[in-house]
Amino acid sequence: MKEINDLSLPDDVKYTKSHEWAKLSGDIVIIGLNDYAQDQLGEIVFVELPETGDTFSKDDEFGSVESVKAVSEIYIPISGEIVEINEGLEDAPELVNESCYDNGWLVKVKPENISELDDLMDKGEYLNMLKG
Amino acid sequence: MRYLPHTKDDIKSMLKVAGQENLDDLFNCIPDDLKITESLDLPQSLSEWELNSHMEELASLNIACKNYKCFMGAGSYDHYIPAIIPYLISRSEFMTAYTPYQPEVSQGTLQGIYEFQTMVTELLGMDIATASHYDCGTALAEACLIALRQNKKANKIAVSALTHPSHRQIIHTYISPAGYEIVEIPYTKEGLTDVKALEAMDDIAGIAVQSPNFFGNIEDLSAFKAVADAKKVLFITSFTEALAFGLLKNPGSFGADLVAGEGQSLGIAKSFGGPGLGLLAGTKKQMRNLPGRLIGKTKDANGDDGFVLTLATREQHIRREKASSNICSNNGLNAMTAAVYLATVGKIGIREIAQQNHDKAVYLKASLEKAGFESAFDTPFFNEFLMKAPAGFEQKRAALINDKCTFAGICLDKFYPELKHHYLFCATETISKKDIDQLAKEVQ
Amino acid sequence: MNQQPGTSGLIFNEPLLWDKSRDGRCAMSLPKSDVERSPLDENLTGDAPQLPQLSELDVVRHYTRLSQWNFGVDSGMYPLGSCTMKYNPKTNEVQAARQGFASAHPLSGDEFSQGALKLMYNLEQYLAQITGFHAVTLQPAAGAHGELAGMLMIHAFHAKNGKQRSKILIPDTAHGTNPASATLCGYESINIKSGKNGVLEPENVAAMMDEDTAGIMVTNPNTLGLFETNIKEIAEIVHSKGGLVYGDGANMNAIMGVVKPGDIGIDVLHLNLHKTFSTPHGGGGPGSGPVAVGKALEPFLPIPRIVKELDSYKLVTDFPDTMGRIHTFYGHFGIMVRAYAYILSMGAKGLTDASKLAVLNANYVKESLKGTLNLPYDLPCMHECVFNDEFQKEYHITTMDMAKRLLDYGFHPPTVYFPLVVDGAFMVEPTETESKEDIDLFIDAVKAIAREAREDPEKLKKAPLLTKVTRLDEVAAARKPCLRG
Repeated sequence: MKEINDLSLPDDVKYTKSHEWAKLSGDIVIIGLNDYAQDQLGEIVFVELPETGDTFSKDDEFGSVESVKAVSEIYIPISGEIVEINEGLEDAPELVNESCYDNGWLVKVKPENISELDDLMDKGEYLNMLKG
Repeated sequence: MRYLPHTKDDIKSMLKVAGQENLDDLFNCIPDDLKITESLDLPQSLSEWELNSHMEELASLNIACKNYKCFMGAGSYDHYIPAIIPYLISRSEFMTAYTPYQPEVSQGTLQGIYEFQTMVTELLGMDIATASHYDCGTALAEACLIALRQNKKANKIAVSALTHPSHRQIIHTYISPAGYEIVEIPYTKEGLTDVKALEAMDDIAGIAVQSPNFFGNIEDLSAFKAVADAKKVLFITSFTEALAFGLLKNPGSFGADLVAGEGQSLGIAKSFGGPGLGLLAGTKKQMRNLPGRLIGKTKDANGDDGFVLTLATREQHIRREKASSNICSNNGLNAMTAAVYLATVGKIGIREIAQQNHDKAVYLKASLEKAGFESAFDTPFFNEFLMKAPAGFEQKRAALINDKCTFAGICLDKFYPELKHHYLFCATETISKKDIDQLAKEVQ
Repeated sequence: MNQQPGTSGLIFNEPLLWDKSRDGRCAMSLPKSDVERSPLDENLTGDAPQLPQLSELDVVRHYTRLSQWNFGVDSGMYPLGSCTMKYNPKTNEVQAARQGFASAHPLSGDEFSQGALKLMYNLEQYLAQITGFHAVTLQPAAGAHGELAGMLMIHAFHAKNGKQRSKILIPDTAHGTNPASATLCGYESINIKSGKNGVLEPENVAAMMDEDTAGIMVTNPNTLGLFETNIKEIAEIVHSKGGLVYGDGANMNAIMGVVKPGDIGIDVLHLNLHKTFSTPHGGGGPGSGPVAVGKALEPFLPIPRIVKELDSYKLVTDFPDTMGRIHTFYGHFGIMVRAYAYILSMGAKGLTDASKLAVLNANYVKESLKGTLNLPYDLPCMHECVFNDEFQKEYHITTMDMAKRLLDYGFHPPTVYFPLVVDGAFMVEPTETESKEDIDLFIDAVKAIAREAREDPEKLKKAPLLTKVTRLDEVAAARKPCLRG
């Protein structure tokens, strides 16, 4: 497992307590699992995602990520409707391990209330949470 | 005692290392008021020879100690078991091993069960089969739970009234605490599940039909599949006689989503009802919802083929309270037994045995009709069928057990009170023409 | 030092059944048909299933070779913690194979099944005596099945009392089947942390126990191999709020003839016949999970029950408050025969000695290895003890590496990574049937491996080296599941 200081935590995304990341891109929000989560889980074997059109409220469970030794629920950082899911994960779940902020994204959401993004942590706050 | 190797010297030197004076001191960490003071009140221990006498006497109190003619089925079937099966299954590397958590030293069990999974999918025409469940009833209850959980709109499961009575009871036990209910699909005068009655049912989360059903009749599963599709619910089938699919169209060919079955017919002794073998199979779509163990093929670090337990994250030891089932130990050795049986009979054998089962049952039915019984239905069956007995048969049946060691059918009164004097008969490949002719003569 | 058991030798490859198959072969002696062939309608018949076609020797060689790739209790020491891999007596197999038992049809009728019913009734009595309970059901087919039955009875109890509860307390050391069984009953599992001594503290239980909690599930001794010393007080706390105490009896092998769970506040207990009572593990079952209950829960036992009237035995279903049925017939009778034979072979003294010696063996292992492996709870243990890989961390060697290397030495590894409360857990349960010599060899092997961890860690990383296959790619198996050939 990586040391906290070795984790990759980009500045341009927001972080959640349950280790997801969210990034505004135009008028949709892209959501994924951060480096800490993928490292803790180990090699990911399966990702269970919702369907496009499904709607969720902030902090709802919207899927799960499975490794050989564990399954982790994933919680949505903001309320909204799923407009796209990362179909590539069906055949290559390891994308979440290899490129969690890029090709390993999970879902794209049309946000109900864009200000919910402000409630999320930035890199500094997230690091403090991990260290504390 | 021969299972306890410790000599007095062993105990003395081991106690020294353990830092205790005597064996009782090992339990000093237990508060005195929790310990018992008298010995357990159990019978005097028996030597191997006394045990043999004792058990022989007990076994002799079961009529099965004699060779009896079994014309009974209803979920437990008499079939020939080739000598190589108990011989191979008793190899202690199979019998005394545990769950293959360390796959490197469990490849025997793992390949054996992988082959079992494969042959079960062939038999049932399904994509995936699990490594086994306790019996058909519990596998069926788990299948019903899958359907109920997947359908968020309804909390009732439609189950045929011709599903084995015990299985319906087990489903009820399993689903009630979660607030789910069974709604029974009645049967028609043809002795088949009533499709029309099912079509009229609303608010159901799934459909479960047994075929061949409890009366032995073969259901038209395509009709039920159509209803399931129309209602957008899962279609579950079940069976108690696995050998039926040596001859009949398998449930997969009717588009079943989940299939639960009893595999006792596959080389496993009746053994007063257990252990049997629960079979559970599903479509690829249901793969991650199936409870129980799954063996998968993979490669080792040197690139050689090997087998492992896989998709374990569905199971209780990882998912814990979120697991869809609590199953841990299943019926492993019986699954191996079934695999050896299927390998032994093979494609040629299973067809021939299944055909003979049907042929004997047809001859039995015709003979009973000539002897004064009335066929309850004119519906195609596999190896079991229902007959209405003539007056006086109850006494004749009892006499046949006592005098001729013959069990002539099972009375269905207590399962279906509306069918008085109806008996469920079964004939397998173990029944000869002579046996049938003899029976017909006795019951005339 | 005596030679370690593990060595290399000639072993055979064996293909999959369908790769050996040749059209036209059949390994069964097909009976001759003496009645007319009766064809069924075309739409009802299907093609013959695509099963392999093999000769009898093909089948015998196939399974003989497969068996040689397996490690069983008969091969060598199998110290899987919480599994009680004790010797499986062969006389038990003889008893279970008796025609009167093996050929018995479950619907023969009480009158013609007195042997089976008497055996089951007596087994119920013996198990009740051993555990200190009032009544027993033999119906559950495995430990987890027994847990479900126990929880369903608790559920039925509260329903009968007019108020169903929604939660159940479960210690952090519990086996995964505990919360899974609770969930099946619709209960929410509330986690209770064990104290720093590895056992439950009454204050923690009192803090969580309320009138919406159905009860608590305890394992005693617990999965750390420690006796839950506060059990009586904990039971009182739970009872005082109208809850019940469920006992997971998987670890019964530590306390037969020493403690009776029914006397120390437990209301319902499941047993594992394939653990404590020597029936074979079979590579994953069949097992049997009888459940013992006190008077309060007796009305809720599954049906049918065996009732004795004068000298004869009957199956009775007329119990209006029953939790229902959980097995098609009466449970795993074939397994009950074996356990019954075992109990009669051991007697009271034999069973008590078994527990005492199981505990002796575990403490001997604990004291012998505690300098070699880290012992998180340096306390007297019961029938099992838990180490971990803390000492080996500096060499980047894990519990998994040590377990795999033990295979090369000729031992089945202990349970690893359970219980979850110990990181990198290494749980050793020798059982009473292992001799001092074999245990000494095991201790030597672990010490040798710890030395290798310091001096030659690569060997451990590559282990096992002597087995037919080495470490398997479980990631690939889960990513692209190939579940059939």
